[in-house]
Amino acid sequence: MRIIRGHKGIGRFVRGLALVAPDNFSARYDLDRERGIFSRPSHALHGESYVGRVLVLNAAKGGVATSWMLAEMAARDMAPFALLLNFANPIMAQAAAFSGIPLIDRFEVDVTRAIASGAEIDVDPPAGLVRILP
Amino acid sequence: MRLNGLEKRMLAGELGEPRRWAIGQQIAVGEFFDAADFVEVAQVHICADTEALGPSGVAFLEQIAGAPEEQRRALVPTITDPRGADFRRAARIGHPDWVVELERRTAGAVAAMRIMLTDTCINYQSVLPPVRGEHLAFGDTGSVIYANSVCGARSNYEGGPAALAAALTGRVPRYGFHLDACRRGSARYRIADRPRSLSDWGALGALIGRAQESYWQVPVIEPCLGHGAGSDELKHFGAAMASYGSTAMFHLCGVTPEATEMEPGLAAVEIGHREIDAFYQSFAPSRDELDVVVFAAPQLSLFEIAELARLLKGRRVHGSTTLLVATSPEIRHAAERLGCCATIERAGGVVLEGVCFYQMHARVLAEANGWKTLMTNSAKLVNIIAGYGYEPVLAPMDRCIESALAGRIRR
Repeated sequence: MRIIRGHKGIGRFVRGLALVAPDNFSARYDLDRERGIFSRPSHALHGESYVGRVLVLNAAKGGVATSWMLAEMAARDMAPFALLLNFANPIMAQAAAFSGIPLIDRFEVDVTRAIASGAEIDVDPPAGLVRILP
Repeated sequence: MRLNGLEKRMLAGELGEPRRWAIGQQIAVGEFFDAADFVEVAQVHICADTEALGPSGVAFLEQIAGAPEEQRRALVPTITDPRGADFRRAARIGHPDWVVELERRTAGAVAAMRIMLTDTCINYQSVLPPVRGEHLAFGDTGSVIYANSVCGARSNYEGGPAALAAALTGRVPRYGFHLDACRRGSARYRIADRPRSLSDWGALGALIGRAQESYWQVPVIEPCLGHGAGSDELKHFGAAMASYGSTAMFHLCGVTPEATEMEPGLAAVEIGHREIDAFYQSFAPSRDELDVVVFAAPQLSLFEIAELARLLKGRRVHGSTTLLVATSPEIRHAAERLGCCATIERAGGVVLEGVCFYQMHARVLAEANGWKTLMTNSAKLVNIIAGYGYEPVLAPMDRCIESALAGRIRR
């Protein structure tokens, strides 16, 4: 089992399957929130469903709407399970605090290279840790 | 985080549930970013369009609005970002009733908190410009980057729930762009050629924003010799940079007030017409038919609307193309008084107030009107709108107008 350390995060401990890309993230720009898929044609995850997955991406990009949108997605059970980013911005942190979707960032390594898509992982925001399960 | 007596009372719920919720949210975010304490803010600007809120967000606002008056009212002057529908022109552009109804419910809830429904993302041009050193809680990436960079004020990105929390507490966690240390330049660019248009400024901002690693990087830009920039140019420049890069501040040497602050030894990346032209080409259309031309993102200033009116005077938009202009209520009223709106509308354009295109349930509009190809002079809008199913085309304002008149994309 490999452990990756980040900054102390927001939210509760969860276990889930990772969906990983070395791309960035904005709920307004990148997602079809009704269908639960990445809809931005140029996004590395275009066409993929993010619902119930631990999204592992590089950095928060784009506008302020993500903080309302992630909560709305969670209310409809159409949200990612957790977010792991190399660099969050305030919007992602505010979104995590408001929606209850766990978030960790500022890892000791590039998190998009350290975790493979489909890996089962533990996300522990209070400890700022991610465990990749064997 | 260190809390003062008032903040402890808020957290204990002594000032009501809305303020207890608000400061709890702010402490979670503040601790995430290692804030030591809070700083009071002079203004709050909140994103509360229903495309972002959704039904659950609207219900949340109504829940806060249902609290006793002394518990729910904003503690500092608080204004709104564009909403999702222009009530007077919703039917004309194909907005369904449910969108208008959600917006009316939101407006009612927001007004109950004594939040002013300014419905604008250009509040720094049309409401009350920020002042150097002033701490703010602004809720639009374009307004934040303008306030920090051009005005020398201090704000982080405050998303809708966070801006609402700031309105209810009158403060924000002190981290990021409230601190001197975060405002120093940390990447360097040189403009090789003078930008030729507002869309060039947007393209330039987009190229710089795209190259930024994260929210925490502050680009320093050296303009070409003898060249400054005006408010609309910096508006498009900053809004695009923020959109492509999550960038909250830039320094433009010789123009912005804190441009002397830069980490030593940074190598400059040069950007000129070649890179800008390649950026336009990356949005080259696959077909010539043109469904909709949009001037928005950010909302237009009075000067931009006057220029549009000049270009459209005595001419007629093609019957197969829709031309939309989005601005703030204040600017629309001024443009109406000066005859600009009448000129644009005689040409077949629609001047919308209090909205911005991508916040208007753009996917719903596309389906209702059969829109696919969208042409605009906004580098920000072309970044956003592809995810909503549009094929965006970027061009200067005059070429957008010529295309709208022809009903086909002029290359």
